[in-house]
Amino acid sequence: MGAKMFGARVARLEDPRLLTGRGSYTDDFHLPGMLEAAFVRSPHSHAKINGIDTAAAKAHPGVVAVYTVADLPEYLRDMTVPFQVPNPAISQPFQQRLLEDREVCFAGEPIALVVADSRYNAEDAATLVEIDFDILPGASDCKSALDDNAPMCHANSSNNEGAKYTVGYGDVSDAFANAHLTHREEYWIHRGGGFAIENRAVVAEYNELQDMLTIWSATQSPFLVKQNVVDMLGWESDKVRVIAPDVGGGFGPKTIYYVEEALIPLVAKELGHPVKWVEDRRENFLATNMERDQYWDMEIAVDAGGKLLGVRGKMTHDSGAYMPWGIISPYISATTLPGPYILPAYELETRVALTNKVAVTPVRGAGRPQAVFAMERLMDRAADKLGIDRVEIRRRNLIPTEQMPYALGLIFRDGKPMTYDSGDYPKCQVEALRIADYEGFRARQETARAEDRHIGLGIANYVEGTGLGPFEGATVRIQPSGRICIYTGGGDSGQGHWTTLAQVAADKFGVGIEDIDVQKGDTGKIASGVGTFASRIAVNAGSSVHLAATEVREKALKVAAYMLEAAEEDLDIVDGRVVVKGADLSVGLAEIARAVQGMPGFSLPGGVEPGLEATHYFSPSQSCYCNGTAVVEVEVDPETGWVDILKYSMAHDSGTLINPFVVDGQVQGAVAQGVGNALLEWMIYDDNANPVSASFAEYLLPSAPETPNVDVVHIESPSPINPLGVKGAGEGGTIPAPAAIMSAIEDALSPWNVVISGAPITPSMIVEKVRAGS
Amino acid sequence: MSDRRTISVTINGEAYEREVETRLTLADFIRHEVLLTGTHVGCEHGVCGACTILLNGRTARSCLMLAVQANGQEIMTVEGIAPNDTELHPLQQAFQDNHGLQCGFCTPGMLTTLIEFLGDNPDPTEREVREAISGNLCRCTGYQGIVAAALDAAKRLKGKETAGA
Amino acid sequence: MKPPPFTYHDPRSVEDAVALLAEKDNAKLLAGGQSLMPMLNMRFVLPDDVIDINLIDGLADIRDDGDALVFGGMTRQRDIEYSDLVAQRCPLMKEAILNVGHRQTRNRGTYGGSMSHLDPSAELPSVSMAQDAVVTVQKKGGIRDIAMADFPMGYMMPSFELDEMVTSIRVPLWPEGHGYSFVEFARRHGDFAITSSAVLLDVEAGGRIKRASITVGGVGPSPLRVTAVEEGLTGEIGSVELFTEIAEKCREIDAMEDVYAPAWYRQHLASVLTRRALGKAFSRAANGTEMTLR
Ligand SMILES: Cc1cc2nc3c(=O)[nH]c(=O)nc-3n(C[C@@H](O)[C@H](O)[C@H](O)COP(=O)(O)OP(=O)(O)OC[C@H]3O[C@@H](n4cnc5c(N)ncnc54)[C@H](O)[C@@H]3O)c2cc1C
Ligand code: FES
Ligand code: FES
Repeated sequence: MGAKMFGARVARLEDPRLLTGRGSYTDDFHLPGMLEAAFVRSPHSHAKINGIDTAAAKAHPGVVAVYTVADLPEYLRDMTVPFQVPNPAISQPFQQRLLEDREVCFAGEPIALVVADSRYNAEDAATLVEIDFDILPGASDCKSALDDNAPMCHANSSNNEGAKYTVGYGDVSDAFANAHLTHREEYWIHRGGGFAIENRAVVAEYNELQDMLTIWSATQSPFLVKQNVVDMLGWESDKVRVIAPDVGGGFGPKTIYYVEEALIPLVAKELGHPVKWVEDRRENFLATNMERDQYWDMEIAVDAGGKLLGVRGKMTHDSGAYMPWGIISPYISATTLPGPYILPAYELETRVALTNKVAVTPVRGAGRPQAVFAMERLMDRAADKLGIDRVEIRRRNLIPTEQMPYALGLIFRDGKPMTYDSGDYPKCQVEALRIADYEGFRARQETARAEDRHIGLGIANYVEGTGLGPFEGATVRIQPSGRICIYTGGGDSGQGHWTTLAQVAADKFGVGIEDIDVQKGDTGKIASGVGTFASRIAVNAGSSVHLAATEVREKALKVAAYMLEAAEEDLDIVDGRVVVKGADLSVGLAEIARAVQGMPGFSLPGGVEPGLEATHYFSPSQSCYCNGTAVVEVEVDPETGWVDILKYSMAHDSGTLINPFVVDGQVQGAVAQGVGNALLEWMIYDDNANPVSASFAEYLLPSAPETPNVDVVHIESPSPINPLGVKGAGEGGTIPAPAAIMSAIEDALSPWNVVISGAPITPSMIVEKVRAGS
Repeated sequence: MSDRRTISVTINGEAYEREVETRLTLADFIRHEVLLTGTHVGCEHGVCGACTILLNGRTARSCLMLAVQANGQEIMTVEGIAPNDTELHPLQQAFQDNHGLQCGFCTPGMLTTLIEFLGDNPDPTEREVREAISGNLCRCTGYQGIVAAALDAAKRLKGKETAGA
Repeated sequence: MKPPPFTYHDPRSVEDAVALLAEKDNAKLLAGGQSLMPMLNMRFVLPDDVIDINLIDGLADIRDDGDALVFGGMTRQRDIEYSDLVAQRCPLMKEAILNVGHRQTRNRGTYGGSMSHLDPSAELPSVSMAQDAVVTVQKKGGIRDIAMADFPMGYMMPSFELDEMVTSIRVPLWPEGHGYSFVEFARRHGDFAITSSAVLLDVEAGGRIKRASITVGGVGPSPLRVTAVEEGLTGEIGSVELFTEIAEKCREIDAMEDVYAPAWYRQHLASVLTRRALGKAFSRAANGTEMTLR
């Protein structure tokens, strides 16, 4: 194997299994004696519970047990899900109980759990659980929820403010006092959920002989599940093993720890049977966390040349009824706003509102698409008012690459000052415009208008902090067979970790990636881990694999030197064998691995420690910042409001690429979600916070005919803060999409002076704006 | 008490006889009775297409059929597409070569749908491919790799035909 | 999301099926299942008995009856899509059927099922309305015909009785060379449309419109014939100006409203789509003239 694997555009090792139906997702596990669970969930967004009667449910054929709060062990009855990321700005950190028997605060909140011989019977019985509710008014819209006379999200609190904080730097008042031009506007940005095609699922089995509990969960973070199970249920850490098998998409919501992941193991142990719960799509709409509304009341100040002087404003964030991840999403929003621009002064006050809806936690992009939307709209407005081209105003404000690393003046959510580590923002914008044929666009637009067709072009830039700590680890081991195995903690929900981590290791041993196995997402295989979220695996696990593989390589060389009686510097590894350069002398990795297993009575060769393996936990000093530019060309039918994306171009810098093929796929998939956010996806609630669009017939995911092809050009600015130079790539495509698409629609409809201040935009909203403008 | 029937269904050339509840969906029958778990379930209301199987050569959403309705019929699932244990079908190979899958959850439905479609239309345009898979949601890929794979597979399958003729 | 318990029946004849319908007082017929099964999985309907009519022979033919096509109630939407007879004799239906769901749902979904489900923007009921179809329903001891004009009773409510089933739909044909067009606006390909317009024009030499049929779907509770437009067209010579002006009348239709589409937007779409459909239909008519009407 001569060809270099790192950086190569190779097909994925994962695919043959998944293409032939041999994947194993959580619902694919069938264990002997397994029972199935269904939940009774609140049908109301807000209600007081007066009583629960499970007698009829318990008597239903096939039912093994029905649990309400009263049926839980005493220590768990009032326990809430551990608060993951506390922050002093949070005043009311409400957390969910395992089951509720006093007050339900969102439609979908679990009240009882039915375990039966089949899901069918469990669902039958769930309908027989009788609950006496007093329906209470619900806090729905997050802005109104902060009004004085709003209904309370939690009946016993006196206001709906969950947190409040201000971020910023520089002298904002001064900036606005000296501005040539200011513009103020309010934005509403809705974001939907992750909506992986596989719903959540949990299978738990308790083995009495080994006193061992095994949990399979469709999670992005098996170690987080384990830690929470241990914390909540009080079990010994080494008696719990959590496995994330094949996971059918994650996109954020599967990062979070949910009550079902505590309850199913609990009842599996109590009942002495494996228990499976598979979330159905309706539950997914009700009870899986999502992102939702943010309102941004923003003001921009620029000088006569369009240079940014300052941005200030207020943001309101809908957090739902609970705050399992505190203020992570709105905090990321707040710190994302300055983006790739030199912004001398910035101030944002954020208020987080509690509403009677399922909790908001990060979804692909995690608060960033909203911030980018606000900032990029402000840039467009400033350009329009000054009569500067929308592209040009951006060019004038981009941070030049000579200023890298660039200290922003803000503190990121990892607690560190935000310093952009590397990047060439001007080049990125130039490249995106090049592949979009921006030069030729105005002529295209003229021609189209002559044919009564309305095309428009929009642009948006973003910077994204990726590769967050604390760490992710990897063990690299050469088995006695000579096969190389990598173990890592984060699960894989489609990212292709097997392939990319194998690519990182392969060159160290001169082997092909097919000689390498990757076992991921299993707390039984490596001591510590975190999870696959926040575009962090390539950076953290990738670097760990690199470090561990390098160490294993060095050890192999050392032992081989001893075995071959040669000097280490004369050795190289080729095709999985250590060779003496220029001589016909070699030893295979398999033999070396066997040699360091040791032989009874003999000392280890070269005095090394046993085992041809090493483990590293890479812990980054700070986030690394990926960036990109999206340029979108659309055609809009002003009469029907139909938007057709004609061309979607994206320049994307996620540092050094391990596999451009895989990164292309990440960008394309992320763009599709951004297109959904801009044009289709909208989780609608009524005035009492009861969900309205709770099915795939009403909540519209982009399908193939509406989704554009994406032309991607990669800029590679290596990150100086990890050994591979990589940055995260999973979310970038989503982040600028709504901003760029709205900008393009406005451009297409400029004859009607259409102004768009929110996302998503629906066809009827477009027609309304066109009619108002004509 | 529950209404049950014994049914016999041929799946990927093998006959399976089972006594089932008449309300059991075909998807659950395939997955949880016959234990062919390659067919996936993503919505159970007919929108996502993950559960698509071929019923007598025609695609159907197995979440929208009762198992009893498949009595005496022939079904092909994703497990039945490859010619043998080691080789991939040209469509599957095209999916791997064009990065047509990420998490793999929508993939079985995409493959079964495209098998039927490429039979109906061996020389499709990109637009036609996109419409053919409009009833299959993929949340990972943005469809680009899938569409490329389908177009590539059409070429490969035609090449095979000419080579064989 | 699993179906509730029920007793399953699979009669082999219409007689047996309607006998069961007569006997069971909370029964549901199961045709293609593309609407009923989602409702069962979500437990929106809770029938005691499900009567599967897929095993009844002879209910799925498309028959040429000279001046009409006669479709069995169980005719699959796919068979309509691929029927040469439909393509040649009833091109409006061919154009419409491509908008019905997706290939997997058309493989199972049926004409009779669409008619009985009667979604306000479903394509087959719209086409049936445009073509003045006659629906034949049967119950124990009786068969009757329902003219399409009398078929919808309200929102998703056909006028046949609970113990009746749709056995066939007779679709009268328009003369050769007629103009036709089916245009709809849906959020995504294959979704139920927000609004649709189905237009049939019989055009004489010189471009004079002898007869017009205009049906708007998704605006009222069921597909509606827009007689004001039809009357305004009859006897006139087709032109861009005429079509543009007359289509405006669609704004007067009483429209439904929900969180996804306001009433004014449905009325607006009805007028835009009807104008476009008129242009297309007129261009296609043997005696019409090519016109672009965006
Ligand atoms: C994702 C998706 C997209 C869709 N998009 C569209 C679309 O764009 N346009 C569209 O028109 N449809 C659409 N549909 C629905 C369409 O596919 C169904 O075929 C149709 O609505 C019902 O037909 P069916 O044969 O499946 O009937 P079923 O689902 O079996 O039955 C529907 C109802 O009609 C009754 N019924 C059925 N047959 C008879 C009969 N012969 N006599 C009396 N009552 C009967 C049943 O009892 C039931 O109440 C879509 C469905 C899905 C899943
Ligand atoms: S599970 Fe059948 S269509 Fe989604
Ligand atoms: S590959 Fe994950 S849903 Fe398509």
